[in-house]
Amino acid sequence: MHPSSMRIKKSVGAMVATEPFWLRALLIGAAYLIIGALILVPIVYVFVQAFAEGWTGYINNLVRDKDTLHSIWLTLSVAPLAVLFNTVLGIAAAWCLTRFKFPGRTLLVTLLDVPFAISPVVVGLMFLMLFGMQGFFGPTLQQWGVKIVFAWPGLVLATTFVTLPFVARELIPLMESLGDEEEVAAVSLGANPWQLFWRITLPNIKWGLVYGMIQCNARAIGEFGAVYVISGHIAGETDTMPLRVEKLFQEYNNPGSFAVASLLTLMALGTLLGKYVLELWIARQIASHQSDVEGT
Amino acid sequence: MNRVLPGFAVSLGYTITVLTALLVIPLVALSIKAAELSPAQFMAAAWSERARSTYYLSFGASAVAASINVMIGMLLAWVLVRYDFWGRRFLDALIDLPFALPTAVAGLVFSLLLVKNGWYGQFLIPLGIQGAYSRLGIIVVLVFVGLPFVVRTVQPVLESLEGDTEEAAAMLGANRWQTMRHVLLPAVRPSLMTGFALSFARGIGEYGSVIFISGNMPYKTEIAPVLIVARLEEFSFAEANSIAVVLVVLSLVSLAAVNWLERRSRRYAS
Repeated sequence: MHPSSMRIKKSVGAMVATEPFWLRALLIGAAYLIIGALILVPIVYVFVQAFAEGWTGYINNLVRDKDTLHSIWLTLSVAPLAVLFNTVLGIAAAWCLTRFKFPGRTLLVTLLDVPFAISPVVVGLMFLMLFGMQGFFGPTLQQWGVKIVFAWPGLVLATTFVTLPFVARELIPLMESLGDEEEVAAVSLGANPWQLFWRITLPNIKWGLVYGMIQCNARAIGEFGAVYVISGHIAGETDTMPLRVEKLFQEYNNPGSFAVASLLTLMALGTLLGKYVLELWIARQIASHQSDVEGT
Repeated sequence: MNRVLPGFAVSLGYTITVLTALLVIPLVALSIKAAELSPAQFMAAAWSERARSTYYLSFGASAVAASINVMIGMLLAWVLVRYDFWGRRFLDALIDLPFALPTAVAGLVFSLLLVKNGWYGQFLIPLGIQGAYSRLGIIVVLVFVGLPFVVRTVQPVLESLEGDTEEAAAMLGANRWQTMRHVLLPAVRPSLMTGFALSFARGIGEYGSVIFISGNMPYKTEIAPVLIVARLEEFSFAEANSIAVVLVVLSLVSLAAVNWLERRSRRYAS
């Protein structure tokens, strides 16, 4: 089982610090060094390289290159679809797994985790063996004129697979801890399933849901191995942004490669900011809820 | 069975349909394709010297990277939970970057940081530390990719540990080191193992960052997913399938083993 990755921060006041000052300073220094060298310097490096030719060079690298523009459009159209599919699946899976008991429940939970255990390259290969020309359905699909492999539907399929567990993993522990009392009460007061979902369940889980969707989206944007195999990485057709980064790098076009990489880094920083704001927001809601309870 | 709430059949039916279509059928298809080979052909494809060297490297580098992540992850979690210092929240927020950043960007950046004229390479290469196009480079990007797993699994456990157990240990005359070994470590060990397993699994599958930094030399720096792609690009589909099947089986087996160890240590911890 994966733990829920959403964390509500506790206040620091209650900490016990019994280490001597020099040891604390040493450990904090080590933390700065590790995060600095592994995370902070690489972020700075991306932008230094991207702007090596100045602003005009940077903009030109992004706008003048048709294949790069296409890759941006492709990534921005594939990732939201994967998030949408996995949000629907996540809600359905969390609903049946947390509100009902049935045989095979554990098996289903295990299956939901399998995409984390399979190499994305193998994921791409699996879909190639199903829908490619040497695959089971490939020849039939070609007769019908349906293109999945080396085309947009294949990208969506592979990205959806790789990001499958994110929303469900966030919702299952959340809905388990919420319990079903409010929902049972709503039903016994005559709520229909539609009202139950929109008025009771969704308002209760919305922030966990958003959190899962943010993570799902980040992973969908960054997916490389699965789309590399299924897309055939054709420039201007099936290259997503991460694939474009690789192709420009292979073509010794480092400024172009880093320009695309800088956009991806900005998206990643946006993801971090979104998560941070969301965690603060939830912590505040819990705090106000607690003071309400104490007040009565 | 909850008899009041609606939607059981719909939600379960939908979940099972999607999982079957996306997960079960493709996995079965891959296995059938690999089973079309005779056992001798399968072994020749999936267990050749070159293929074996990729498994060693994939699993070895992932295990080393996950172990490094356990150590620095524990250190980071400890510092972030226990000490209040300038920039703590900033560092805490940055920990998640490897989850949010496309791994291709990480591979690109580290490969150029570690070459001879790179920001890191200019200091490391004179010392004989060859980061780019080496096994060490693979470990570096795998450490980056898996870094948040250990921190994020250990952090909540450390937060939930009240100071009183440690205080009690100190009152009873334990020094800081003994408290660490006999009180703290047993409590966080299961979550360290979960973090190890997650980081390890991520490392075995990782492709996007490794291809930038490893140089992909057969027998030396070629990981299993790279060999699968190489076989695909030669149109040797049967060979690619066989290697993929071995990789999936090996990763599921090793994950099951780590999960078993984790459950065992959780039982001892409670």
